[in-house]
Amino acid sequence: MSEARSVNEKAERWVKAVVEVLFYAGAVLVALLAGGLVMAAAGVSPLEAYRLIWDGAAGDANSVKETLVKATPLLFAGLCYTFAYRSGLFNIGAEGQIYIGAMTGTMAALYVPGLPGFAHLPLCIAAGAAGGAVWAGIAGALKIFKGASEIINTIMLNYMGIYLVSYMVTGPMKDPSGTLPQSARLPESALLAKLFDSRLHYGFVLAVALAVILYIVLNRTVWGYEIRSVGFNKQATKVMGIPVSRNMLLVMMVSGAIAGIGGYVEIAGVQNRLFQNFSPGYGYDGIAVALVGGAHPLGNIGSAILFGGLRSGANAMQRMTGTSTSLVYVIQATIIVLVVCNRYWFGGWKRRLIASLAARFGGDSRPEELRAVQAARETALNVNKGEGSR
Amino acid sequence: MEPILEIRGLVKRFGSFVANDRLNLAIRQGEIHALLGENGAGKSTLMNMLSGMLEPDEGEILYKGKPVRFGSPREAGSAGIGMVHQHFMLIPALTVAENVLLGLKQDRSPFFRFKKACAEIRELSDRFGLDVRPEAKVSDLSVGQQQRVEIIKTLFRGAEFIILDEPTAVLTPSEVKDLFRVLRTLKEQGKTIIFISHKLQEIREICDRVTVLRLGRLIGTHSLDGITPADLARMMVGRDVAAPVRKAGIVSQTNRLKVTGLHASESGVPVLKDISFRIREGEILGIAGVDGNGQRELSEVLFGLRSKDAGIIELDGEALQRQQPRSMKEKGVAYIPEDRHKEGLMLQMSVEENLIAKEYRKRRFSKGGIISRRRMRECADEQIKSFAIKTSGASVPVGRLSGGNQQKVILARELMLNPKVIVAMQPTRGMDVGAAEYVHKRLLEASEQGCSILLISTELEEVMALSDRIAVLYKGELLGTMDRESADRDRIGQLMAGIRPNASFAI
Repeated sequence: MSEARSVNEKAERWVKAVVEVLFYAGAVLVALLAGGLVMAAAGVSPLEAYRLIWDGAAGDANSVKETLVKATPLLFAGLCYTFAYRSGLFNIGAEGQIYIGAMTGTMAALYVPGLPGFAHLPLCIAAGAAGGAVWAGIAGALKIFKGASEIINTIMLNYMGIYLVSYMVTGPMKDPSGTLPQSARLPESALLAKLFDSRLHYGFVLAVALAVILYIVLNRTVWGYEIRSVGFNKQATKVMGIPVSRNMLLVMMVSGAIAGIGGYVEIAGVQNRLFQNFSPGYGYDGIAVALVGGAHPLGNIGSAILFGGLRSGANAMQRMTGTSTSLVYVIQATIIVLVVCNRYWFGGWKRRLIASLAARFGGDSRPEELRAVQAARETALNVNKGEGSR
Repeated sequence: MEPILEIRGLVKRFGSFVANDRLNLAIRQGEIHALLGENGAGKSTLMNMLSGMLEPDEGEILYKGKPVRFGSPREAGSAGIGMVHQHFMLIPALTVAENVLLGLKQDRSPFFRFKKACAEIRELSDRFGLDVRPEAKVSDLSVGQQQRVEIIKTLFRGAEFIILDEPTAVLTPSEVKDLFRVLRTLKEQGKTIIFISHKLQEIREICDRVTVLRLGRLIGTHSLDGITPADLARMMVGRDVAAPVRKAGIVSQTNRLKVTGLHASESGVPVLKDISFRIREGEILGIAGVDGNGQRELSEVLFGLRSKDAGIIELDGEALQRQQPRSMKEKGVAYIPEDRHKEGLMLQMSVEENLIAKEYRKRRFSKGGIISRRRMRECADEQIKSFAIKTSGASVPVGRLSGGNQQKVILARELMLNPKVIVAMQPTRGMDVGAAEYVHKRLLEASEQGCSILLISTELEEVMALSDRIAVLYKGELLGTMDRESADRDRIGQLMAGIRPNASFAI
């Protein structure tokens, strides 16, 4: 009996995974069609445009690398949002945390001289993490001690973070040997090494590793259990004797630290200097990345690469044809809308599809609710016959 | 008498599962007919077919002698069958009249003729004694009044045959009385009513005949004269439902939990006044009282969810300083909260994860901060078996289980702790007879093994059946404690209403 159940469970899990992936692929496809219509209306040949986007995003080894370069900060931002989201917090402040993390990391890079690379780089990354953690922690503390909405406060802190960096690079942190509003170039020891002799750097590896770590933390560890429990039901969590406020503050800070690392990685991997407006809204796009990634750390990897590809492809398209990159934002937005539909509107339809497919592959075709009722009935019948084990 | 509605050989299947198995039933014109059955017996399926939400797979429904087939609730409604669901389908921001008219066309006019609608509704309300003001906003109405709006909705659509799905589940005792008065008026005026419930007492009070369903089959239809609640319970559950028997003479003299002079308040208003009691090892102290007299506050203070203004709580002779859920848990106090969904479970998390919610940090389930999935699963399989929790697997979100099985999950989790004290708040609220019996059995077992239980319940029957001693809570005060032997219903009933006999009780 238990063996049969495990076969069923396995078949069902597979069918479920495949159907989910197909639905997501469908959403992307429909979004591309919609984008095509917009392009046609704008007088651009959709086929030509998509060919250019594809070439720019995945046409050759170099464009793939460029896609991954673009995906890196998006992945950090997506993970930032995802982690807070799983404990029921809405951290809309990845953007500000990216800026602060980039700033504190750069400070460690510029003002702690004389360290070898193996010590300096981790120090800078830690400084970036600390900066982001403090920035998000402000909103977290306001939420816990004063009940202030973390949504509003993280958004407000975004502006403060962005302008603080502007001030720093035009004033205290300005490169003394130049005229531009930017910091001095980071020393070699604080930079991330490149991969395959291209613009791609180890930051991408770091981001993917972080996604895996977060997945493990959330699903396998005691702390992850507490985080999810807080996210689902704060009152019950309190009754269970699990600290709620402390966990919320910690989660907020870790979430900010993730964005902070992302900020420093962007500086140390791509820009090599801190300057104004270095992030074109990675923090906000991270929310979309998390949403499309199903608020699942590993799902974020896929959606970050998808969005990164759209961005680098759009850049290529703009270079070749002069078509504005904002077209890509139309596609991106359509994907988000469809993914939301997928989650909230197609639920019943999808469940039935999964159930009927699972039946074909040896699973159990009954919907979950019915199964419970039937199991109840079987138990009761056994008891009536006097065959109950109790 | 000619039946107004007749069901012949009705079958409804969901896949291979037969939810309704060849049901035959005849409802007489002008009767109140009870439909009784445990959760999952097929009551809702049957009623959904009558009201047009589902279509039967086999068999036929005869309404007023003619075979009918309803494709939608609207079709059933226009034929004269109306249903009042347990969860109301009203829009709070609209008036009663607007809610009643929703989805209907008044006449050919494109405008909503509010005054005309109000007049019609008032006429209905007067005729059936419903006491509903059509101009009132639904959000201003009490639950009982909202239910009457739902009844008006069916009457307005010309219902002759009204199905009420567990109508008393959401009502206070006095609202239940009002509802019964309305139902009697409806009956006098020739309406036929189906009353779904699993409360035997209510069925005996209001209904003429009763039909019992069990596991999708019809067990029988009986007149309510000369049938005892025990008979009904047996038909519903399929075996004798024994009243829990408290074995006497096993209570030791050692005090386990002692509370002295407990006071608590909420925003300055006292909610608990000078509460003192003790529970000995293996003893069950029952606290009776009408809902809202401080039960919730008392249980919260004891478990450390609410702070006290004054008073001493001693466990095994040791005074507890600062109570917090965590420290109480570690001291061996288990807690069965009143509200399963809000305080007892993380509904989206799985059965197995909920079962370990109080022990996930212990060596048994985690090492070095990593939860052992294997041990968690082993524990869950064991508990599911031991408590006969009806679920298709340990990894199913606990929110998908029925209410009774959710309560079993909570019970299993709390008993796993081998607690010294259980604070049980309404442990069987909303559960059917069979499931409630099971919960009682497990609580009694725990007490026989030496666990002390504070049983707080608004159901007097439950308190009387389980407790060694009984106290009554009234407006935040404990009005006297009596032994089970000397407790009689009248005396407790008076105390529950705040009437203090001149004699004082020993505490």
